[in-house]
Amino acid sequence: MDRREFLTKTAAGATTLLAASCGDKKTGASASSSSVPGEGTMTYRINPNTGDKVSILGYGCMRWPMKKDENGRDVVDQEQVNTLVDYALEHGVNYFDCAPVYLQGQCEYTTGTALKRHPRASYYIATKLSNFGDPSQEEAKRMYYNSLEQLQTDYIDYYLLHSLNDGTNNFNRRFVDNGMMDFLLEERKAGRVRNLGFSFHGPQEGFDELMALHDKYHWDFVQIQLNYSDWRLASGRNTRAEYLYEELHKRGIPAVIMEPLQGGRLSKVPDNIVARLKAREPEKSVASWAFRFAGTPEGVLTALSGMTYMEHLEDNIKSYSPLVPLTDEECDFLFETAILMQQYPTIPCNDCKYCMPCPYGIDIPSVFVYYNKRVNEVTIPTDRENKNYRKLRKSFLDAYDKAVPALRQADHCIGCRQCVEHCPQDIDIPRQLRRIDEYVEKLKQNTL
Amino acid sequence: MSKKKKSNPLRVARIVLATLFFLAITLLMLGVSDVLPHYLGWTARLQFMPAVLALNVGAFIVVLLLTVLLGRVYCSVICPLGVLQDSISWLGRKQKKNRYSYSPAKNWLRYGVLLLFIIALVAGASALASLIEPYSAYGRMVSSVSHPKSWIPAVVSVVTLAVIAVLAWRNGRTWCNTICPVGSLLGLLSRFSVFKPVIDTSKCNGCRKCSRNCKAACINYETHTIDYSRCVDCMDCIDQCNQHAISYKLALVGKNKPAPVKSSPASAEKKSVLAESNATPAENQPVPAEAPANDAGVDASRRAFVVGAALAVGAGIVKAQEMKVDGGLAEIIDKEVPKRQTRITPPGSGSARNMYQHCTACQLCVSNCPNHVLRPSTDLAHFMQPESSFEKGYCRPECTICSEVCPVGAIKPISVEEKASTQVGHAVWIRENCVVLTDEVTCGNCERHCPTGAIQMVRLDGTKPERRRNENRRWGDSGNNNERLIPVIDEERCIGCGACENLCPARPFSAIYVEGHQVHKTI
Repeated sequence: MDRREFLTKTAAGATTLLAASCGDKKTGASASSSSVPGEGTMTYRINPNTGDKVSILGYGCMRWPMKKDENGRDVVDQEQVNTLVDYALEHGVNYFDCAPVYLQGQCEYTTGTALKRHPRASYYIATKLSNFGDPSQEEAKRMYYNSLEQLQTDYIDYYLLHSLNDGTNNFNRRFVDNGMMDFLLEERKAGRVRNLGFSFHGPQEGFDELMALHDKYHWDFVQIQLNYSDWRLASGRNTRAEYLYEELHKRGIPAVIMEPLQGGRLSKVPDNIVARLKAREPEKSVASWAFRFAGTPEGVLTALSGMTYMEHLEDNIKSYSPLVPLTDEECDFLFETAILMQQYPTIPCNDCKYCMPCPYGIDIPSVFVYYNKRVNEVTIPTDRENKNYRKLRKSFLDAYDKAVPALRQADHCIGCRQCVEHCPQDIDIPRQLRRIDEYVEKLKQNTL
Repeated sequence: MSKKKKSNPLRVARIVLATLFFLAITLLMLGVSDVLPHYLGWTARLQFMPAVLALNVGAFIVVLLLTVLLGRVYCSVICPLGVLQDSISWLGRKQKKNRYSYSPAKNWLRYGVLLLFIIALVAGASALASLIEPYSAYGRMVSSVSHPKSWIPAVVSVVTLAVIAVLAWRNGRTWCNTICPVGSLLGLLSRFSVFKPVIDTSKCNGCRKCSRNCKAACINYETHTIDYSRCVDCMDCIDQCNQHAISYKLALVGKNKPAPVKSSPASAEKKSVLAESNATPAENQPVPAEAPANDAGVDASRRAFVVGAALAVGAGIVKAQEMKVDGGLAEIIDKEVPKRQTRITPPGSGSARNMYQHCTACQLCVSNCPNHVLRPSTDLAHFMQPESSFEKGYCRPECTICSEVCPVGAIKPISVEEKASTQVGHAVWIRENCVVLTDEVTCGNCERHCPTGAIQMVRLDGTKPERRRNENRRWGDSGNNNERLIPVIDEERCIGCGACENLCPARPFSAIYVEGHQVHKTI
């Protein structure tokens, strides 16, 4: 939407509003009828192990708003976090998902600081053991105790073995060989870890291996990636969510859902997809479809959303207060939508920033997010013969420079591949960066 | 405040045209858009010195004819520095009315400077000459504000501006009539111009108002004569005269001649200036030949930066690894300019020699270079003339903007195709900086981005790796091709565009850099 269009629309909207309020009193000042969140009440699910009453909307604390400190460094904006946390608690959200590695290591402290202002019994804290580097027990324990300290709490409600990605291989190295699993089982017994589980990205065989260990360890919950796109069409080597969920459900293990919105990819969608979803529910957001989908299976304990902005939080609370489960017909409608979306060659990056920092300075997620945005907007120039090619070319290149500083763009990727193992979506990052680089190069040289 | 008089149409026309020219050329120099050169480039090419240096006969004749016909309107309308001075002196006159007075021509100075200027040009010291050349002086002022790339042009500009502003504020066009070589040269012609302002002595009441408001200080009220070699045809005097005694009209040569300058001492001085200036080219001569002399110094300093670079890169990596948390951006160390034995001049310039003979250091190419490759030289022999370097970008294959904007022919128009086969230098690999060796990673970013395919990757032992599948080669795929390879350069195919140098991950000094060539060649 360009500015003129925006102004026209705003003006038109204002006029309509004015007309409406001058005429009969059908609605108040607010444009939509159900805009005040929390009119209904939040849907809760019961954890069969502990009886925890967990809100179906969980707060993913990986995407807190950032600001620049006086040294120009990115820091979490604690004031905004406090506001968001207060609002969330007030509207029934009671599950907060952290990890020591999120937000350049600032996640646990800021979340803990915001939560400490409320009674400890009024919320559940989840955090993870992110021992990706040094596999020693000392290091893992240090990380565990540090989490308690950062979160400023005596116990962790939900503790996850962070990102098991190839089954027992990774699991044994990080948790069995170093005796860490025994330690954690003790901690669970002692009540300092109330629920023990793991988060998973990876191939089906790996998941099967971990499920086979359920009898031995009793997984209290498992965190999986589930959304209407990944339900049947997972990216890379990852397992489709339908399988993961069914495996958990038949064992009675509660599922915590991550990436219900694919890091925003299921809300920032092409025009025709927006139209398709809006045609059925004109007053509901595009994102609400994804959240309702994630909450619909009864074995889901909570669906996590990394809500950076108050609008996200309000909208999600609205979608879940209460949750209206999708019908089978509506689910099928979403699966068809997912197939339609596949025609857009986006890169399955959820902007989780696990790949960062790139030692050579490339801003990997920003490159992908920018590229995906253009793909979804269908503003990617594809052919020199197109009539608006010149305009699109200029706007693509100019906006690329604005979105990503020249020194952090795809052409600086040297292909060292250090990022690849960190990507939960199993994206061949150097390959995709090079694809974008070659495309941009063609565009610059006018040889498309 | 006396009654407001209507300005005569000639003066209004002068002001309107001057404003338009001034805006056009300033916009061009600001380098705000890459389409402007197509529409406004001619305003730069019409500038006198650029036209001379570019051997742009058309523009040259236009300016000369204009001067012979109408007098020095060039100085009042086309020259941006002239218009700038008019603006400043206008403010000066607001502060104090009737502030000027007639002064005799300082011919020894103006022709002395002109002579020195010509000698400097012929001797190839055009950088020196460009210091007083009005068009490039203005160009430098604009670019040091809009594209500050180095402090030297900025300092030179500030000094120039300060001198000019003081002179203009106090005395109007002093610079144009004593220092400016273009003014002096055009003055030789404007003496005989066909149209000129003429004083009707029968109407003149001797009030001196014209003289005291003439910014060229060229109206001698005692003899009722105007020195047409200094008059810039601003038409101000016509408005000033309450008696309507001055009018701009066709006047035959010889009538209303300027008062003869007292000749004998002046010409003697002129001779001595001549003698002095003959000495300067001899001193200037050896300068261009100095370039390839200092090999040893270069080597030593390269070694020093190699070590520094390795340390810096190593530190950067360690930093990124020890705090493996998600998000954040690794710090990027700024690239530093390598010591090149031979400077690089952009494609189209033909050779360093051609470049430096023609260039007036107007900074038009520097301001308009979209890839931040061109910057003013800090070297005294090539003072402020552009040179290429690749810390912020490289000379991209699709771009020929500098060759389009250059008004003097120092960078001649070149097509994208010609550019692709014009060798301005060649790449040199520095083993000690290469991340394949220092960081033990796979790279090959230089090879992937070489537009001419002049770089190949080989094994560390010098053997050729097995031929990789084309796609994998391009995308640096893993598989068993995750082998550490180093670049080798085919100097014959390299055109010196700097893509490899710019995109090399080694910092602050790249592991591959471009060494310039004295004379460009087609490959």
